[in-house]
Amino acid sequence: MTVHNLYIFDRNGSCLHYGEWNRKKQAGISKEEEFKLMYGMLFSIRSFCSKMSPLDMKDGFLTFQTSKYKLHYYETPTGIKIIMNTDLGVPNAKDILHQIYSTLYVEYIVKNPLCVLGEQLTSDLFTTRLDLYIRALPFFSPRAA
Amino acid sequence: MSRQSNRTTDSKKMNAELFTLTYGALVTQLCKDYENDEEVNKQLDKMGYNIGVRLIEDFLARSSVGRCQDFRETADVIAKVAFKMYLGITPSVTNWSPAGDEFSLILESNPLVDFVELPDNHSSLVYSNLLCGVLRGALEMVQMAVDVKFAQDTLRGDNITEIRMKFIKRIEENLPAGDE
Repeated sequence: MTVHNLYIFDRNGSCLHYGEWNRKKQAGISKEEEFKLMYGMLFSIRSFCSKMSPLDMKDGFLTFQTSKYKLHYYETPTGIKIIMNTDLGVPNAKDILHQIYSTLYVEYIVKNPLCVLGEQLTSDLFTTRLDLYIRALPFFSPRAA
Repeated sequence: MSRQSNRTTDSKKMNAELFTLTYGALVTQLCKDYENDEEVNKQLDKMGYNIGVRLIEDFLARSSVGRCQDFRETADVIAKVAFKMYLGITPSVTNWSPAGDEFSLILESNPLVDFVELPDNHSSLVYSNLLCGVLRGALEMVQMAVDVKFAQDTLRGDNITEIRMKFIKRIEENLPAGDE
């Protein structure tokens, strides 16, 4: 099992942070374009899900998977979106994404007055902590499968 | 990681007096810096707003509150969860407008004013106006435009302290421009 990469978007669609661990295949477009493409797809999936759902939804869109990877999606009521791609064996990562939000994003970004909200994150502290956190996840190591 | 998770689960208790006195010093300084009270009210509101847009993230991370379905639920969360968490008080929610888009928070005690007596020459100062800004900023981040103001204030001779909240509109989420 493994973690491929992680995106954090704000409510306006700007990519605040991108982290990459085991990504074998690159998109072949610039990162800027990739972020826009990613956000656009998530935005569409969200509205697709809410329109197509035959029942009232509570959480909305949570995850999708292909033959090779699984995308986990978490959104706060303030519109912060955290997206993590893992391989198929990883169970629901909602709690982990919430943890990333509450113990890393809020602690090291929101509570740091020098970090301007809505701009790309430049805090080294945040980046290091996030890296440590991801590497410590039980399903991080590619060999653990 | 254990250190961090502890930080968010137990809310750190702080001496309320330190907070109250610091706030008092802030207002005093603003009164020195600006000639008229209106300007002080405006600055307090602006500072509150800047606090609110960050505080909401802390609030959401600590409580398991999801998105509110209506304004009544919002009122409940503000009074019972948020005020309790940050100020240690639970205001009562009353005076609903028939349309359900306006309500009042009645504060039995306002921790910000514990040691305050307004001098006569500051009759139009809204001492706790920071709170209005905080509420406005926090709600804006969850897509609600809300008008917040003090309708009554014990500091200015009223019997109770009342914050009036009026729902203006839902802020729609848009796809960023140039991204079709």
